[in-house]
Amino acid sequence: MLTIKNLKASVAGKEILNGIDLEIKAGEVHAIMGPNGSGKSTLANVLTGNANYEVTGGEVLFCGKNLFDMNSETRAREGMFLAFQYPIEIPGISNATFLKTAMNEIRKYHDQAEITSKEFISLLKEKSKLLNMDENMVSRYVNVGFSGGEKKRNEILQMLMLEPKFVLLDETDSGLDIDALRIVANGVNIYRNSGNAFLVVTHYQRLLNYIVPDFVHVLYKGRIIKSGGKELAFELEEKGYDWIINPELEKVF
Amino acid sequence: MSGELKNSKDWYLSVFPSFEKKLNGGSKSFLHGIRKEALAQLAEMSFPTLRNEDWKYTDISPLLKNNFIPAASLEQVSFTGNEIEKYLFKDFDFHLLVFINGVYSTELSKVGALPKGAVISGLSKASKENPELIRRYTGKSTVRDNAFNTLNAAYAVDGLFIYVPDGKIIEKPVQVLFINSSPDKEILSVPKNLLVAGNDSNVSVIASYAGSGKNGYFSNIVSDLFIGERATVDFCKIQEENDNSYHIEKVQAYQQKGSVYNHFNIMFGAAISRNDINSVLEGENTETHYYGLYLANGNRLVDNHTFVDHAKPNCMSNELYKGILDDESRGVFNGKIIVRQDAQKTNAYQKNKTILLSKKAKIDTKPQLEIFADDVKCSHGATVGQLDEESEFYIRSRGIPQEIAKSMLIRAFANDVVETLKIDALKEQLNHKIFEHLNRVEIENKL
Repeated sequence: MLTIKNLKASVAGKEILNGIDLEIKAGEVHAIMGPNGSGKSTLANVLTGNANYEVTGGEVLFCGKNLFDMNSETRAREGMFLAFQYPIEIPGISNATFLKTAMNEIRKYHDQAEITSKEFISLLKEKSKLLNMDENMVSRYVNVGFSGGEKKRNEILQMLMLEPKFVLLDETDSGLDIDALRIVANGVNIYRNSGNAFLVVTHYQRLLNYIVPDFVHVLYKGRIIKSGGKELAFELEEKGYDWIINPELEKVF
Repeated sequence: MSGELKNSKDWYLSVFPSFEKKLNGGSKSFLHGIRKEALAQLAEMSFPTLRNEDWKYTDISPLLKNNFIPAASLEQVSFTGNEIEKYLFKDFDFHLLVFINGVYSTELSKVGALPKGAVISGLSKASKENPELIRRYTGKSTVRDNAFNTLNAAYAVDGLFIYVPDGKIIEKPVQVLFINSSPDKEILSVPKNLLVAGNDSNVSVIASYAGSGKNGYFSNIVSDLFIGERATVDFCKIQEENDNSYHIEKVQAYQQKGSVYNHFNIMFGAAISRNDINSVLEGENTETHYYGLYLANGNRLVDNHTFVDHAKPNCMSNELYKGILDDESRGVFNGKIIVRQDAQKTNAYQKNKTILLSKKAKIDTKPQLEIFADDVKCSHGATVGQLDEESEFYIRSRGIPQEIAKSMLIRAFANDVVETLKIDALKEQLNHKIFEHLNRVEIENKL
């Protein structure tokens, strides 16, 4: 589904990603872990087309298409979704307006008819329920006055509504208490199937207890320095990053 | 009228005799005494230039290049009820007053039932029916401190008149529509608005100014608001003059103790517009809220000067002005707050935020705080920026195109001013107008 080849990227002239190679197939959940500043969020932002990040090398194929030929909205319509670490508040725009606009743009792109208000509302009710979300949040403004946990749940709600093929979760566990974490993870697990794929960016192993990955990659200084199965996450939790990083440093010097 | 253009002041001094002739009985009214006095005063004044501190960023020379004809000198342009329909704000109940070129239209207005003693009318009509009442307040009315408001005093024959007796509440808002239009002449429209809210009274006014047709004109308004003790007055101005017009208004409020005054100022149109929104807090424990939203595109200029004069202790004023400027438009904001020595325990806040949608749009913003009391809380802040890129990215990352993302962020930016309006139907209609005036894709909260 997603093939990343030697991807390099910079922010404000500073090189952050130094050559990433990664292959993600449908049905797989990959986790990217790493210390602060290793480039995890940069990877998520580059893949979804944030203009503040500059791609300086490499290529990414998304379902066979060159990702960098597409702007953010086209990537979304092709099925890419990023659950933001810090979701944005949009006063004056209701959740319903926002979501319905997004859904219809995606439908239009695929030559599908617009969703009717009735269909939309019943779908929204169904999905909100899965996330224990209050029904009247639809008329509230996007993320305005939402707690940290509500914002993250709202990201997952958007995912369930937009039905993307490939989902990036950027530090989705940050700021969540254990109950909220369970609800969010549950939403992801319900959605997870053989036709879609996930890339979970996280600093801590905690989230991976609930969203169990098939592969774990350690990102350090803009490169993947170690890959393994889900047990690698436990190892990292126990021993920290140093044991992987230090041999790497030795190699460099 | 000669073909040669006269300089503005000479022009306005020279057309007075022909204006006077058209007044008929009106020239015998006590209001005419005020006019003649103002004309004499105008003769001694000059229209402001960029050298005047208060007009430093606002070049009004294009306005002064025209010889506008006082509307009262001309035949009235007539409108039907159907024709004014499109200028009205709808979906709520209101008392309706209509003014054509600043002159009250009895036919088009629908005042309806009012509490005993309350008057909602045209100033000219009211001055015949209640001369004593009008005389009492026009005597107190505004300081004439520049050539524009003096010009208004010299030529005004009519305007909005609202009188709410002590203890009375006008339940429905008063919608006042000022339509300016002339098919062949460039007219001067000079409404003189007067609102008197008695002690413990309550009234809400929506005054909208609209231009019909393409011909340029000059809408030069003075509004005086006398707000009694513990009264609540909401006054909302919505300006949608046509592209070739000029719009200048001075609003002067006098607030007595315990009163609450909310002024809303929504600016959409006109080639050049200027507001002077002044309040004197003459009693203790008053509240004053100024909310402004100014939009400009093309090469329009929009200038808001606000002034809150804290003369007494324990008063609160809060001001939020937000602007969206596109193309080569220009904005000016000058927010003045004086806290006089006597005005201890004053809370005064002011915020001005402007979004520039194009590289060529420009804003000059200046807070002006003069504080002479020592136990006060005052703050001010001004920001100028672009639509937030991270927010735009968030919206686009959901499949929404850039153009709509920008519209959503425009609506989000305007929201905290629009939300302060108390009539829900009005909020959605104003949101619609934001996109209409900016020529951008509309965002509607609808299911």
